[in-house]
Amino acid sequence: MPFSPSFSLITNITKKGATSVIEFQQVTKTFQTKKQTVEALKGINLTVEKGDIFGVVGYSGAGKSTLIRLVNLLERPSTGQVIVDGQPLTELKPKQLRAEKKKIGMIFQHFNLLNSKTVFDNVAIPLVLAGTPRKKIKERVEELLEFVGLADKAKNYPDQLSGGQKQRIGIARALATNPSILLCDEATSALDPQTTSAVLQLLKKINKQYNITILLITHEMSVIREICNKVAVMEGGLVVEQGSVFDVFASPKTVIAKNFVRTVIHDEIPQSVLKNAINNNASPVIWKINFVGNTSSQPLLSTIAKKYDVHLSVLSANISEIQETPFGNLIIEITGQSQEIQKAFTFIQEEGFLIQEVNVHE
Amino acid sequence: MSNTLWGMEITTEQLLIGFGDTLYMVALSLLYSALIGLPLGILLVITRNGHILENKWIFNILNPIINILRSVPFIILLVAIIPLTRLIVGTAIGTNAAIVPLVFYAAPYIARLVENSLLEVDKGIIEAAQSMGATVPQIILKFLIPEGLSSLILTFTTATIGLVGATAMAGAVGAGGVGDLALTYGYQRFDEMTMFVTVAALVIIVQLLQSTGNLISRKVRRR
Repeated sequence: MPFSPSFSLITNITKKGATSVIEFQQVTKTFQTKKQTVEALKGINLTVEKGDIFGVVGYSGAGKSTLIRLVNLLERPSTGQVIVDGQPLTELKPKQLRAEKKKIGMIFQHFNLLNSKTVFDNVAIPLVLAGTPRKKIKERVEELLEFVGLADKAKNYPDQLSGGQKQRIGIARALATNPSILLCDEATSALDPQTTSAVLQLLKKINKQYNITILLITHEMSVIREICNKVAVMEGGLVVEQGSVFDVFASPKTVIAKNFVRTVIHDEIPQSVLKNAINNNASPVIWKINFVGNTSSQPLLSTIAKKYDVHLSVLSANISEIQETPFGNLIIEITGQSQEIQKAFTFIQEEGFLIQEVNVHE
Repeated sequence: MSNTLWGMEITTEQLLIGFGDTLYMVALSLLYSALIGLPLGILLVITRNGHILENKWIFNILNPIINILRSVPFIILLVAIIPLTRLIVGTAIGTNAAIVPLVFYAAPYIARLVENSLLEVDKGIIEAAQSMGATVPQIILKFLIPEGLSSLILTFTTATIGLVGATAMAGAVGAGGVGDLALTYGYQRFDEMTMFVTVAALVIIVQLLQSTGNLISRKVRRR
């Protein structure tokens, strides 16, 4: 046996029967150049479960590129283990590793298609490498091109296609060998917003229709919001925060996660509104209230206004959808007796809303 | 001396034979040097740092050897390896004997040019190949060479033209060819017309080679 059975037993079974498909165990990666040593990853623990669309977000240099390249050993971990489908990759023999790689598709930021080959031949390449009979290749490639909606481009060359079309071809190629995992390396970063959205929907379809687990890295929080169910935030070679997309978006804990969430959920008070509030009252009481799911339909504000002797004015409000659940952000200014204000605050808390006071002089 | 043209001291037949000799030398030495240079060029690419078959030993031995061979001027190489030529061909004089130094001259040149061509291939393509689990030979044959083909064709065009030039110098060992005619008749006997015709012939050969190379390269690139 190339790897210890006890090891794979532990890793195959995680909580609640969910199967871990990709698991990082204490993974570090150090790059040694002549002049310096760069610690790209400083101890990563991460589990991607079957059926996840797992997003890793971080600024450039955070280590997310290195992280995703460890899953198909484009990079080897310096220490620690990367376990895919219960197998520690570094312990596989070259032949086993090549077989394993056929179960892991990958798409790239710059598509990495062969410009010298037609769309058909590009999609066919993984099958040709696997020694698939020609007739079967033809069937499979046609099926894949149909799936990504580019059947009419089979005879074109990549440089005759738009960016979005190239990425669709990249996706078709990655799916050729029926992988169970799809790695997306900044797959939409070179595309415009509209094309990005179309490609993301295609990825979602792949995840649902074929039950393919997706691990993607991105620097755009909007990508995470649009398709992921889980997210890890990376900074300086570490995962600083992770959880379900909903939890992280609703209550980010670290500064960097807050910054990322802020790029897609606007919960800041517009400057002019804030100025106005301060002009009227030197130290206004401003609250930020988050409401989630069905609670958003409750008439919170009118209830408070009736129940307590306070005045409310809305400074900013918006609702976004995360994971098909409404997520609202409300910023209000409240005036009245401080006792009444305090009571209202407690009431909101007791009703199960996330509420915090905003320091206007920050 | 009946068959001369435009008052040249050489006969048309001599000119045609010269042409034939040049073509023969260029073709054979190109074949041999490609057989040696192409694999060496590929080796230079794949053994370098961070590439698919990274190997400091091979790279650091091969690289300077190619540099050394490339720094010897052809006219000196021609004479310097005479013992080796004798060993291989049996003689150091004549058309066949010229092929040995021509190969020594062109093979490292081709290796270097092939290296440059293949280094142009986007690293992302190699990464994609590796992500598919391609073997090293598969990466070379199905990714590296097809993607670098257009550039490789220009490389071989350049190498062929270099060889045409070198065959002219090979006249120094009695190799024959158009260049030899230019040297012995045109230069040494002050036959201006022969000089003119042979140089014109070389110019035409080179032009033809370059345009053909460009054409094929463009066809392969399809732009």
